[in-house]
Amino acid sequence: MTEYIIFTFLVFMILAAVAALESKDLLSSIISIGAVGFMLSVVFLYLKAPDIAIVQVVVEILTLIILIRVTISRDIRTIEDTRNFMPFAKNVILLFVLAVLAARAIGLLPEVGVNLSKVAQYYLLRGFEETGAANIVSAVILDYRAYDTLGEATILFTAILGAVVILRRKAKE
Amino acid sequence: MIYALCFTLILVGLYGITCKKNLIKIILGFIILDYGINLFLILIGFRKDGIAPILDKSMDINTFAATSVDPLPQALVLTSIVIGLAVTALMVALATRIYERYGSFDVTKINKLKG
Repeated sequence: MTEYIIFTFLVFMILAAVAALESKDLLSSIISIGAVGFMLSVVFLYLKAPDIAIVQVVVEILTLIILIRVTISRDIRTIEDTRNFMPFAKNVILLFVLAVLAARAIGLLPEVGVNLSKVAQYYLLRGFEETGAANIVSAVILDYRAYDTLGEATILFTAILGAVVILRRKAKE
Repeated sequence: MIYALCFTLILVGLYGITCKKNLIKIILGFIILDYGINLFLILIGFRKDGIAPILDKSMDINTFAATSVDPLPQALVLTSIVIGLAVTALMVALATRIYERYGSFDVTKINKLKG
């Protein structure tokens, strides 16, 4: 049952993504991206990842705010948006080759719903007594892999610093 | 089959990055690619009829370990989503500056190399 729900949501996500890329109006394509993100959040809920679903909703709202902020004040909203034929054809051929290779690779993956990870068993069995966190995801983030989280905070800080520096009105003399 | 659809989402994102002229459309393609990869990682950790990796007081630890989904990809994807937001903000900042300088989001018109 869960698989069919996820399947339906994925089909609609792909449709919304294509609509976002092919729409002539930038604002409507951004709204379509919002649809993709919120459906992705629902899919995360069905995949039993509530933490990810919450984070996805928050991040999606922030992304929409940023994108609408950059688009709404510009005068050019409708755009002519196809490249010349030859690069386009080359890209489509590239994507087709990639799809064929991926079809081979997907055939080698285990079925959806079969989980073979051994380290997950360790985390699930020992996580509560070793860290005291009932939520194993937060136990992994904040205890077992805290250095990863530190690195993430560094990347976040650097990227936001870069954005602030780029958007600064005028460099100090 | 779900993996194939997920990969289709990734391919749609790649199509947006490679085939579109408008900078905002390229950023949107990047966001779609990001979503597809996150979803793929979560799908890898999914377990059929599983429960969320949150321990209940009334639950035995062994049955919990036998039914819960994999917490590791969830923890890493949590990190990856936030990084995606930061990178998107950086790209949007660059696009804003490019628009102010050239008056267009079209990448084929942004080819003047002025000192």
